[in-house]
Amino acid sequence: MNLEDLKRTSGEWLRGTGPESDIVMCSRIRLARNLADFPFINRAGRNEKAEIESQVRSALNDPRLELSYLDVNAMGPIDRQFLVERQLISRELASAEGPRGVAVGPRENVAIMVNEEDHLRIQLMNSGLSLRDVWEQINALDDQLESSLDYAFSPLLGYLTACPTNVGTGIRVGVMLHLPALVETKQIDKVFRALHKINLAVRGLYGEGTQAFGDFYQISNQRTLGTSELELIRNLSDVVPQIIQYERTARQALVNERRQVLHDKVSRAYGILKTAHTISSEETMLLLSSVRLGINLGLIDDLEIPTVNELFIHTQPAHLQKIQGAELEVDERNVARASYLRGRLSNGRHLTS
Amino acid sequence: MKCQKCGKLATYHITDIEQGKPREFHFCDEHARQHLASPAGHEESESLAMSKLAKKLSTQGREPSSSDKQQCPSCHITFLEFRNSGRLGCPHDYDVFRDDLMPLLENIHEETRHSGKAPRRAPLNTQRHAELMKLRNDLKRAVAAEDYETAARLRDQIKRVEHDTAR
Repeated sequence: MNLEDLKRTSGEWLRGTGPESDIVMCSRIRLARNLADFPFINRAGRNEKAEIESQVRSALNDPRLELSYLDVNAMGPIDRQFLVERQLISRELASAEGPRGVAVGPRENVAIMVNEEDHLRIQLMNSGLSLRDVWEQINALDDQLESSLDYAFSPLLGYLTACPTNVGTGIRVGVMLHLPALVETKQIDKVFRALHKINLAVRGLYGEGTQAFGDFYQISNQRTLGTSELELIRNLSDVVPQIIQYERTARQALVNERRQVLHDKVSRAYGILKTAHTISSEETMLLLSSVRLGINLGLIDDLEIPTVNELFIHTQPAHLQKIQGAELEVDERNVARASYLRGRLSNGRHLTS
Repeated sequence: MKCQKCGKLATYHITDIEQGKPREFHFCDEHARQHLASPAGHEESESLAMSKLAKKLSTQGREPSSSDKQQCPSCHITFLEFRNSGRLGCPHDYDVFRDDLMPLLENIHEETRHSGKAPRRAPLNTQRHAELMKLRNDLKRAVAAEDYETAARLRDQIKRVEHDTAR
């Protein structure tokens, strides 16, 4: 698999299946791991990074894992941005220097970053609310990597990480939620304040500072020391259904009290996406969010959720440029984006590619 | 379109998300590289918060300079450097700076003891880890000083240690 293959497909986590997938876009767990014999990345020279990469790559090479390694160091900025947009690498890995990369599983549910802040950042994503499944899969993957890699671990402090905020389990358990009705009814801040009180973090689609991006929010644990992986998963699994319930209640209230206004907003959004000739990324996100809500409320019946999920990713700048096979300036991108949307949303072509 | 920093032809068009809003940048090769190399927002803010916390805690009630000068024999990071960057240098730092790190960990996690998964295999001799890391460090310095004779010797030594303890 290479970047050219990726641009024709989308990750399994966008399929829109699994429990509560109208609100829970995906469940995701990442583990931070380091090799015992090497300094952390911020203290490692080019040769050490190359050595770490080579040791990790030989562990990732096991054919049973079905991973393809993408050399981020050899990529240009658009390709790196493409992987960020796809949620396969972090912005930090994209902008770092020296030997580094990401190993990607066949349906993009696994992404293992090499030489980010920690030597390994193992990520596993599934569509819908399925944290326990994700944990079982990532735990098995971690066991397998551990059988050939020597992890930095202390019985007292657990897995040792470059930043003390990750030490212990090195885990971040998270769900990505689509909460348009809580945003629309201005209850979202109240929910966030409640989450902060119980030590859960809220981020936008692409990390902090990206809030309100298509009304997607990531909720995850902050503490990693002293609470086991299963307890953290249980904590989040207890809270998420409550947020889902709030969102459903808010949706119902919108339908009951402002049905016409809501229907109008959704239909206008769909209409613009189907007919515009130039459109910014920001407007696209905003409108796609309304359309996604409209499908889930039965206000739009000729479009499928996986298509909309995919459009959130495929209309972003690096994706458009990869799909078009050319570097485009902003104005050209806005035209290309509108044309791409018209193509994907025109009658009879609503199914996911 | 021209690079917004120098006026050369812009070959990269980058969209960053800042405070929920996409912001477009247009750069030539060189300035695109610089832009992408500057740390991305959220990781930076986390590390900044970390270093602030570390500063605050380590200056509470104690003479700050005494622990600041402490240095890890494996990776040579000082506690002061950790305080400034918010990132440790190697796994041994958790031992070396233990007394200063414990209050920090308690502040972040409200716990100081791991609970949860542990590697199934018994960890290898920690002395070997320390030795290997020291040798690699010496090698880095020898290469930097262009002392290739020492570098070659160290490389052989590293291979020997790796080989001796190979599973």
